[in-house]
Amino acid sequence: MKHATKIHSKLLMAAAITMILVACKSTPMKDNAAVEDKSAGTSTSGASDVTSDASDVKGAVIDGSSGDGSINELNDPNNILSKRNIYFDFNSDTIRDEFRPNIEAHAKYLQAHSNAKVTLQGNADERGTREYNLSLGQRRSVAVKTALNLLGVADSQIETVSYGEENANPACGDDGCYQADRRVEIVYPNE
Amino acid sequence: MHIIKFIAFFTIGFFSLAANAALDIEITGGGAQQTPIAVVPFGNAKSIKEDMAKIISDDLYRSGLFRPLNSSGMPNLPTNAAQINYSEWAALQAQAIVVGSISPLPDGRLNVSFQLADVFKQQPLVDMDFQLQAKHARMTAHKIADVIYEKLTGHPGAFASRIAYVKKLGERHFLYVADSDGYNPQSLVNSNEPVISPAWSPDGSKMAYVSFEKKKPIVFIHTLTTGQRKIVANYKGNNSAPAWSPDGKKLAIVLTYGANSQIYTINASGSNLQSITKSRAIDTEPAFSPDGKWIYFTSDRGGKPQIYKTSANGGGEVSRVTYEGAYNVSPRFSPDGTKLVYIRNDGGRFRVAMQDLTNGQVQLLSEGSQDESPSFSPNGRVILYATKKGTRGSLASVSFDGKVRQSLSEARGDVRESAWGPMLK
Repeated sequence: MKHATKIHSKLLMAAAITMILVACKSTPMKDNAAVEDKSAGTSTSGASDVTSDASDVKGAVIDGSSGDGSINELNDPNNILSKRNIYFDFNSDTIRDEFRPNIEAHAKYLQAHSNAKVTLQGNADERGTREYNLSLGQRRSVAVKTALNLLGVADSQIETVSYGEENANPACGDDGCYQADRRVEIVYPNE
Repeated sequence: MHIIKFIAFFTIGFFSLAANAALDIEITGGGAQQTPIAVVPFGNAKSIKEDMAKIISDDLYRSGLFRPLNSSGMPNLPTNAAQINYSEWAALQAQAIVVGSISPLPDGRLNVSFQLADVFKQQPLVDMDFQLQAKHARMTAHKIADVIYEKLTGHPGAFASRIAYVKKLGERHFLYVADSDGYNPQSLVNSNEPVISPAWSPDGSKMAYVSFEKKKPIVFIHTLTTGQRKIVANYKGNNSAPAWSPDGKKLAIVLTYGANSQIYTINASGSNLQSITKSRAIDTEPAFSPDGKWIYFTSDRGGKPQIYKTSANGGGEVSRVTYEGAYNVSPRFSPDGTKLVYIRNDGGRFRVAMQDLTNGQVQLLSEGSQDESPSFSPNGRVILYATKKGTRGSLASVSFDGKVRQSLSEARGDVRESAWGPMLK
């Protein structure tokens, strides 16, 4: 009972604060000019049926699934194939030389495993709009695909996709942090 | 006695706010132009749970154009125009007064009668009745606020409309639809993968959006009242950026068949895919002009992203729309087609800009540094957009003249991807 009273007085205080805030925002009125009817007619009257609002909405709950987590050459931390991120400069889709060995290793794996499929997931940092970043992430994933193609990997083994800025870190404040978000992830969907 | 009543009124208001409103709203600006108006508690108000007078009063206040007066200390509280003692309200310095009453109908619905009167001329301006189910009391109050707004400003209101936005809470992504004041948030999608780019159908009955639930962006159309979801575009690569044609029959979408994002149109049924742009650049974020003739879009064909336009039938010339600034994206039209809002990178700050399409003049409207997803209210008077406070996203709005600003923030979660829907019928 005491507890309930405490909550109640808190609410009253919040209500009082709201009242004060509202009062502070009011400015004293200077002139007493009459309101003007600015719409077309002189007087409006009528009746109307109200039949809809936001509560008439039905939604959907969606849950996806993920892999089984077993260890193989692709996710063995000592194998270069476990290095799955290719990083990019701001607003760029140019693959930097330091990532060539990584891409070559994945090309070799895909050629040796012709049934293996890979998805290249492009990402962008959070600066700019979500749709533009989705396109930018896509261009990065295509840059990695083109590199794999040039190394002999078949188109049928590669899908490109972009997550844009959806996986970006929302707490970034410097380029070191943004850099980590500007990447293509090499994902083997069946692992 | 009056003091007790007063506190009770505000306490109830606070409770209902905590229970139903997802978004807390704070406004700034407006100032000298505000019309003092008294919205008197409706007769028989306690017969329903919603306080209609308060909803009307809050709507008018949020517009920045009205200063609702506190009528709780008044000796008489009229519930119809005939009961108004105008001199008492003139003494309170009210310029306009709103009165009303609620009564039950034989079929179980309610009749809400309201009048708006001019205090100085001492005459009613509006006299209307609404018939409704009790659950539609909030929306009816918004409709009444729209009538008052239009009568006193000369412009249609947009309170009886809805907004959509995406909230990320923990690892889950929610697409919400809420009333224009943030009340009644309903989750349309609740997913463990991202949802972006909600787009209202012109009649407000459907929402197109992009969901990553199949580990890639796919365009869905969701019918609001039934919950039915239909895949409209699930081609190889990305499927994104849906935008409805003004007649609601087609969508402009973005696909990445080859390498880069290009714009296509597709029937809302998913048939008749047609190519609109063919470039080696990124072409994305299409928007139909309200006359249906043009598609405006973002493209980096000139090196940096700018806004361009081309015929909505495809195959035509492409011409550039934005020239000021090195980065202009996300075009959205005003309902009358005379203005375009978009996002400009202004020296590292991403802000909402508005371009007058009749004379080309551009005005920067928002004051954030990571503002996105601008959209016009259905009356064209306000622009809703997503902004960032610290590391958390929230929503904000600004009047088209830059004078009135609202901040709409959620207690928890990261809010983004706002879209203002059409008026409710």
